[in-house]
Amino acid sequence: MDRVIQLDHLVKNYHMGGTPVHALKDVSLEIGRGEFVAIMGPSGSGKSTLMNILGCLDKPTSGAYLLDGIAVGQLDRDELAEIRNQKIGFVFQQFNLLARTSALENVELPLLYTTTPARERRDRSMAALSAVGLSERYEHYPSQLSGGQQQRVAIARAIVTHPRIILADEPTGALDSRTSIEIMAIFQRLNREAGMTVIVVTHEPDIAAYAGRNIHFRDGRLQRDLVIASPLDAARELENLPAEENEEVTV
Amino acid sequence: MKLLASIRIALRALRVNRMRSALTMLGIIIGVAAVIAMVAVGSGATARIKEQIQSIGSNLIMVLPGSITTSGMRLGGGVGVTLTEDDGRAIAAECPAVSLVAPTVRGGAQVMFGNNNWATSIVGTTPDYLKIRELSILSGRAFTDDDVAGAGKVALLGSTVAHNLFGDADPVGQIMRIKNVPFTVVGELIPKGQSPSGQDQDDVILIPLSTARRQVTGTSQANARSVGTLMVQAIGPQAMSAAEAEIRPLLRQRHRLQNDQDDDFTVRNLAEVFAAQESSARVMSILLGAIASVSLIVGGIGIMNIMLVSVTERTREIGLRLAIGAKTRDILSQFLVEAVTLSLLGGVTGIAIGIGASLLISYLAKWSTLVSPTAIMLAFVFSGLVGIFFGYYPARKAALLDPIDALRYE
Repeated sequence: MDRVIQLDHLVKNYHMGGTPVHALKDVSLEIGRGEFVAIMGPSGSGKSTLMNILGCLDKPTSGAYLLDGIAVGQLDRDELAEIRNQKIGFVFQQFNLLARTSALENVELPLLYTTTPARERRDRSMAALSAVGLSERYEHYPSQLSGGQQQRVAIARAIVTHPRIILADEPTGALDSRTSIEIMAIFQRLNREAGMTVIVVTHEPDIAAYAGRNIHFRDGRLQRDLVIASPLDAARELENLPAEENEEVTV
Repeated sequence: MKLLASIRIALRALRVNRMRSALTMLGIIIGVAAVIAMVAVGSGATARIKEQIQSIGSNLIMVLPGSITTSGMRLGGGVGVTLTEDDGRAIAAECPAVSLVAPTVRGGAQVMFGNNNWATSIVGTTPDYLKIRELSILSGRAFTDDDVAGAGKVALLGSTVAHNLFGDADPVGQIMRIKNVPFTVVGELIPKGQSPSGQDQDDVILIPLSTARRQVTGTSQANARSVGTLMVQAIGPQAMSAAEAEIRPLLRQRHRLQNDQDDDFTVRNLAEVFAAQESSARVMSILLGAIASVSLIVGGIGIMNIMLVSVTERTREIGLRLAIGAKTRDILSQFLVEAVTLSLLGGVTGIAIGIGASLLISYLAKWSTLVSPTAIMLAFVFSGLVGIFFGYYPARKAALLDPIDALRYE
């Protein structure tokens, strides 16, 4: 299988108020193209640190991290920014959309840091918005959208650059359970239909159940790595739920 | 990222906090307006002095008789009889740096026409005087060398005299009386306005030198050919001191002065006097501008302050931008463009207000003000530089944020 992520004896230490913290202790891991992985663990397990390293926001203390074949440990600040721009789509718990900026412009944002011409930026952003079922609302501001819709805009922003991986940090943490399933349905669809590699960091087993592979962390070590033979299908789950008035499901 | 896109983003960010942006700009607006208005007042004064120097005549050197001592009593300068018409001719002929010389005699006289009378000063001279003083004829003609040779009773009136004697009527061709002697008015001069020392340069009558001696000032018993002042025009502004240096030894030689004797004449270079005045006006305008620039710098500090607040407020936005691929220079330029946009908007508004203020000053205080395009350009560029200078530190602070910390910032 084509490997997108390769971690080889990864160690991350940092200091917090003078005391050294061994956040990751010798982690080796491979994630292949098209996988849907949930990284789980209690707080302090090192999953956030791993997330930051996978997202090229932080560098490992030692060990190697190959993203799409590139050893990102050797890169400087601006080269890392370029890698993030081209290869990674971020989805955050708090959405992190720019206020007073339309959905379309929010989605366009990563393309502003590329040389993409304006027309193509707009076309790709509209395509990304329709992929998450929000093409009708491209002019809306975040304040005019529900939490689920805001997270869908954030997902559109993550996929607009056609990244190698989507990194979602507690993407459903701020959402109710029905909306959470809707978001997971989008991730599943992107994973199945577009072959996108999706990595979701979560502490909720309900959410991890939609992933094809669950990796558990504890005390900075990889504790368990399980392949789920038949993960839950979010779209089917939604059909079984009683219909609700708050959001129209356009997945 | 493209500059245009950056400016759009900056304008949007500034619109979000309209009041705050306006107040921040106010510092720059006041600074730029003050600089523009102050420099306008200063250059207005300079221009006025320049204009007055032009009104005396360009490249003008005056040669006056020196002070004389009779029976132990020292009389002031300008009363002697040591200068003559022949000195004037010699200067014109022998000094290469001199283009024209006009001898003059002066006197006061009561002049009359019909029921009107007026006390004015009479200048007896030659036609070259008009060229040296840059006087032009409004109507009629100037008197000629023949008039001088024949002691013709012809007069050329300054506009003040013409107005007081003739009202609005054309004086040319009329017969008027100077000290009861009838003179034919041959022409009227174009008004010159005030001299730098505040005299009315139009309250004068020009008549031929010979006529003046005979009818107005009388002839000195000591020296029948003596004149009051020699008006000398140098060939160019650079030739002024050369002309001065040529005139002095020539006159000393002609007056047979020994080495230990003082000059019995005075050479006065008026341009030098007024150039000193002009440069002091310029220094004043620079000082005013410098003081006003202080408020521009205060305005810049205001921008820096508000940009720092803005960077702190938007830490999460910066974190997000960094996470999705903004490079250090992208964030740097975003905030720098924002600061410069702020300061340039303030600068343009300040320029408009400064122009308005200088118009108001010249209207209310009757000072002449001059808003020069250079001052406007300088103010514009300077306000942009203020934006760059005071915007750089906050922008750099934003650009060097750690994306992880910035994203986590509450």
